[in-house]
Amino acid sequence: MDIFFPLQQLADYLSFSLLKLSAKSHLGQAVNFFIYDSLKIFILLLLINFIMAWIRHFLPTEKIRDFLTKRRWYGLDNFFASIFGVITPFCSCSSIPLFIGFLSAGIPLGVTLSFLITSPLVNEASIAIFIGIFGLKITLLYILSGVVVGIVSGFILGKMGLEKEIDESLRKIIENSKNNKATIKIKKEPWRILLKKFWSEGWDLTKKIFPYVLIGVGLGALIHGYVPVGFFEKYLKNSSWWSVPLATILAIPLYSNAVGVIPVVQALVAKGVPLGTALSFMMATVGLSLPEALILKRAMKIKLLVLFFSTVAIGIILIGYLFNYFL
Amino acid sequence: MKIQVLGSGCQTCKKLYELTTQAIKELGLKEEVEYITDIQKIIEMGLMQSPVLAINGKPVMVGFLPDIEKIKKLISENQ
Repeated sequence: MDIFFPLQQLADYLSFSLLKLSAKSHLGQAVNFFIYDSLKIFILLLLINFIMAWIRHFLPTEKIRDFLTKRRWYGLDNFFASIFGVITPFCSCSSIPLFIGFLSAGIPLGVTLSFLITSPLVNEASIAIFIGIFGLKITLLYILSGVVVGIVSGFILGKMGLEKEIDESLRKIIENSKNNKATIKIKKEPWRILLKKFWSEGWDLTKKIFPYVLIGVGLGALIHGYVPVGFFEKYLKNSSWWSVPLATILAIPLYSNAVGVIPVVQALVAKGVPLGTALSFMMATVGLSLPEALILKRAMKIKLLVLFFSTVAIGIILIGYLFNYFL
Repeated sequence: MKIQVLGSGCQTCKKLYELTTQAIKELGLKEEVEYITDIQKIIEMGLMQSPVLAINGKPVMVGFLPDIEKIKKLISENQ
């Protein structure tokens, strides 16, 4: 049985009995969908944010940096950096300190970039919503794609010898910080207090994200209820080869967190947009956003910035094709 | 008591600075909140995330924007 079955019953009750909407009407379907999805995502978000607060406590980025510097992992470095990118929450305000912190600890540029690429592409909030909306199998494929884009792009950029393309003033900071041995210690606290702390952190994060989820699910519900099935197929089916790059490019000026985009994307998929095209669009809104570029501009000279973004863009487009042709 | 907010100049960091200033006022304290956007200072603390709330040079909250009640609690705990 579907573990979300009680939620569906609740949503059915609220929309069809309490609000007396017809289960066959557009409005009824949209409202039902909205209630069910919002509830489901809320629960998943809360759960995942709680687990993430836990992980963050025992594995802060500073520890990840130490892990990556202690040993050479002979090619696995990009892999680890990318995986760590998934489990650390991403805030664009941390990308510059992270960049400097990693590089001054002696982590190679390519490995640092693997982390920076995967971190916004796959994060805990997007995982929660993905599970809620697309189910487990596609979620795993999505995580895998994000990680692979991070590994491969970081690896290629690392081989290009771009260290000179880091902003001059930042290079000075990196040089100055090389001998800085400050590390942080994890405070020992009793479990009861820790669990309470994780819970309140998870709750805070969920509260902050949830309004965006509601907007996204609302838009998704409208599309579900009102756009006829197969609507997009007419326009997109015979034009598949250029639809992926187009979706990727269209997403760049759209600044949105994945949180709001995923429900809309799922609704589009339900109405006939190929999954790969939709995924490319979504990954590009978070991985190739203009505001992120403006922040990274402070750390990278134009050449590195352009190479960075084009490599990620190509990765995202290839993932889109893969999904379209094999799923 | 020395209270500092360190950040890379992003929206979240500015918000933390404003909230901290307000928290100080609501607690009836006279301290000035120092707002530092020099990233090197964050690195020197051994940290890699922003924003940072530091009291007497010690980071008490990293990479997170809490609500004002939590900030007040952190300030009174670390006085």
